[in-house]
Amino acid sequence: MAPRDGQSSFLQRLDRIDRRWIFLAMLLAVAAPILWVGVTGKTFPEEPTPAVQGAFDAVEALPADARVLISMDFDPASAGELQPMATAIVRHCVLRGHRICAMTLWPAGGPIIDGTMQDVLGGRTDFTYGERWVNLGYRAGFEGVMKQMNAHVSLAYANDVRKTPLEQIPMMKGIDGIADFDMLVSISAGYAGAKEWVQYSVSPTLTGRKPLKFVAGSTGVQTPQLIPYYPNQMAGILGAIKGAAEYEYLVNQAVLKADPGAVVPPRFQEAQRRMAPQLFGHVLMVLLIVLGNVVFVGLRPREARA
Amino acid sequence: MSQFPAGTQVDPAVARRAQRLFMAVLAVIAALLVVRAWVGSDVGSGANTQVVHGFGMVYVEQQGATHVQVPASTWADAVAADPAQQKVAVSWPRTFGIWMAAFLTIAVLSFLWRDNPLYKLAESVVVGVSAGYVMATAVWSSLIDQVFGKLAPELTREYLSPGLAVGDRDWWALVPLALGMLLLCRLSSKLSWVGMFPLAFVVGVFSGWRFVQYVESDLVAQLATMFDPLYVPGPTMAATVGGTLCAVLVLVGVLSVLAYFFFSLEHTGAVGGAARVGIWYLMITFGASFGFTVMGRIALLAARLEFLFDDWLWLIDPSGKH
Repeated sequence: MAPRDGQSSFLQRLDRIDRRWIFLAMLLAVAAPILWVGVTGKTFPEEPTPAVQGAFDAVEALPADARVLISMDFDPASAGELQPMATAIVRHCVLRGHRICAMTLWPAGGPIIDGTMQDVLGGRTDFTYGERWVNLGYRAGFEGVMKQMNAHVSLAYANDVRKTPLEQIPMMKGIDGIADFDMLVSISAGYAGAKEWVQYSVSPTLTGRKPLKFVAGSTGVQTPQLIPYYPNQMAGILGAIKGAAEYEYLVNQAVLKADPGAVVPPRFQEAQRRMAPQLFGHVLMVLLIVLGNVVFVGLRPREARA
Repeated sequence: MSQFPAGTQVDPAVARRAQRLFMAVLAVIAALLVVRAWVGSDVGSGANTQVVHGFGMVYVEQQGATHVQVPASTWADAVAADPAQQKVAVSWPRTFGIWMAAFLTIAVLSFLWRDNPLYKLAESVVVGVSAGYVMATAVWSSLIDQVFGKLAPELTREYLSPGLAVGDRDWWALVPLALGMLLLCRLSSKLSWVGMFPLAFVVGVFSGWRFVQYVESDLVAQLATMFDPLYVPGPTMAATVGGTLCAVLVLVGVLSVLAYFFFSLEHTGAVGGAARVGIWYLMITFGASFGFTVMGRIALLAARLEFLFDDWLWLIDPSGKH
């Protein structure tokens, strides 16, 4: 039935809907699952994708006491996406008995390293600073830092954040260039980050004596740029919060497999908790895209007549 | 007030109704907060339960010289055991931080309603704090430690950076210092030409680095994968078919997208067909990028809402903080 003069059809009203209704709908679609998950404590099971499984397997394959360089190249603005994967990877390394060397190329990354290590280690006293892990902190220079570290780590970092010279730190004994680490992990939100690590530090070692194993964790925006590097130039990618949830799930399953009676602390399920709001947010997005196309197609003949 | 693009008709009555509804929603939220504070929250369990008429509070425990955040239940247990205890207490600075974070979060989200002074305030605070933090970090980690620490090691350790491990004086540090000083000449209209030299140095160095590394990692290494066999055997028939199909799709994608960007031939016939396939590849790629972007944005929104519901309002407690 054609609308009467001065009266809008349903499609026309939808076409002119105030976009704040869409914001409100998105708010509810994301908030309601958060409250539901927060109250019930339930999370969705995850099915790891090959890229995440590859990252997990690469960490698993390292021998105990392996030295892993983790560059946390992000700031609080991206912590909602990247903090859970930083926590999961560091926790995995700690559980496997690897030694961790943490650094950042982002000025605001320093406190993130401290917070992540405190979250994972909690009150553990056996994972001693200097022997099991070290915090090199922030260094300005982006690719310049990478180039220096390729040759000699001490060129970029003469000392750690506690001002201890590298040569006096037990776990840095025998580390000269970046290739002396058993693995490089970059959790990055953009420039300088995973892409630059592949270009400047990983690719030059691929044809050499000891290719540097590399795993990346990245924001959703950055992930499509990194996918071409997998699997030849990197062992695995944790793409956005979904990748973090899958990795978290794999680590938690490994813990439960080793000790079926273990209780996984809620702080190690942060990414998995965020998947319910993701689901409802995406369903709403799909509905809105379909609705928008229905309105577009439905109004087109009328506009053509006009 | 209009949220529509210029030229779009807005029904004033609809806009007024929407505004009234949003104001009502805000009023209900404010009323709920007041009720929430009046009812209070039970902290702790069993006989140790304490009622606090507030939320967003942070409790800390003194451990040596530092204070470590602890769950509110720890505070309740400590108070029940000894009402005069001072080891576990409310941290007013951290509580203020939670409230400031909540205020700034809501202020930024208020932009979705419309541009307003609260949003402007939050925007300015974030930009100002970020710029200040980055500058302070750069000064202390680069200028003080890396430049002054090499030019005047003892003096730097004595007066600027206690504990800094120093070596011999390194006069090469004068080079970056001089380049940095020259860069400041850009601020002067008469001497701005001098600032071109450090700029040229930076651009030249980065161009050289990037050229080599892009060729190595994005051209040669990526091109090498094009010579991988199209038949990819897997542990199962499905894996073999899947792997082989992926390899073929990658090869077709590379050739068709290259055809689309090859403008020396008219896009007709076989070249036109390949170019059209290339367009499909590009569209699917953009769609995947858009999907990842949506996922990222929803993740950030979820993180902020979880903060509001958990750390601030204490409506949920997934991490056992209170």
